[in-house]
Amino acid sequence: MEFTDEQITRYSRHILLPEVGGKGQKKIAKSRMLIVGAGGLGSPAALYLAAAGVGTIGLIDSDVADLSNLQRQILHHTPDLGRPKVVSGKEKIQALNPDVNVVTYEDRLIAKNALELIRGYDVVIDGVDNFPAKFLINDACVFAEKPLVHGGILRFDGRVFTVIPKKSACYRCVFKNPPPPGLVASCQEAGVIGVLAGIIGTIQATEALKLVLGIGRPLTDRMLDFDARRTSFREIKTRRNPNCPLCGEHPTITELFDHEPESCELKQAKVEA
Amino acid sequence: MQVKINGKAEEVQGATVLDLLKAKNIDPHMVAVELNNTMLEHDYLATTSVKEGDQVEFLFYMGGGQ
Ligand SMILES: [Zn+2]
Repeated sequence: MEFTDEQITRYSRHILLPEVGGKGQKKIAKSRMLIVGAGGLGSPAALYLAAAGVGTIGLIDSDVADLSNLQRQILHHTPDLGRPKVVSGKEKIQALNPDVNVVTYEDRLIAKNALELIRGYDVVIDGVDNFPAKFLINDACVFAEKPLVHGGILRFDGRVFTVIPKKSACYRCVFKNPPPPGLVASCQEAGVIGVLAGIIGTIQATEALKLVLGIGRPLTDRMLDFDARRTSFREIKTRRNPNCPLCGEHPTITELFDHEPESCELKQAKVEA
Repeated sequence: MQVKINGKAEEVQGATVLDLLKAKNIDPHMVAVELNNTMLEHDYLATTSVKEGDQVEFLFYMGGGQ
């Protein structure tokens, strides 16, 4: 695969980086990334990965763009209201960079389709808004042994966490199960500061590119928590948990399953110190 | 005695991890608990005591993304 003059110019600021160069840019161009959820986190991730020249971006989402999404879901513009998010997303990605092959799935990720979908990609980005889907993505990535960049946002707080299956802690090494129903409120009720999606989604995209390039130190075995009120990041060390029901020594989860659907947010009593 | 809770030094009474959660009004189901960088199973919250200098993390679920 050779780059055209136009592509060399487009990606010149990457190629100038010794850690990337022409060789790294080719790795990016050959990479396939699956973004689950074309919403708050998926939007900035998709746009930056498209700009970076990722070869194939898979977008899966079953929703249509709603007016209340536009405060943070920057893939979708006002004229897109009512249109499927994957369609709107594909248009924006291709307008930004026609080099990118966009594969869309107007669907939900469920136990039945998750493995097959994920197997076709090199890296998976979690941009979903609910725990059943987050746990399913984690499980599917561990079974398929595909690196996962997990992200979450709520109110003024965000979190990023990279999982390299069987090598680093997975989501269930920390959280064994979704929070019990009844303790949760929907994210519509909870609210989120829109820019947070940009911060967290962009860190997820950074992680995905690093994984493909094989440079630096991935965000594995540590959760990166961001507090927008204080503009402060904090790292929480994690490690593989021998009691993990998925990747531990005696796993109890041996095949994919869907958790009961529930809303996306936990009413959290903040730790006040 | 002093322990670190979510990165901050705090003065607490000698107690179990569950007591710390109760004192902070945190439902144990809402957090994953790490004691000195090792996950602590929920079954052991009531029987694990906290010692001077321990590092405790209460990790809340963070769910949204859309
Ligand atoms: Zn695990």
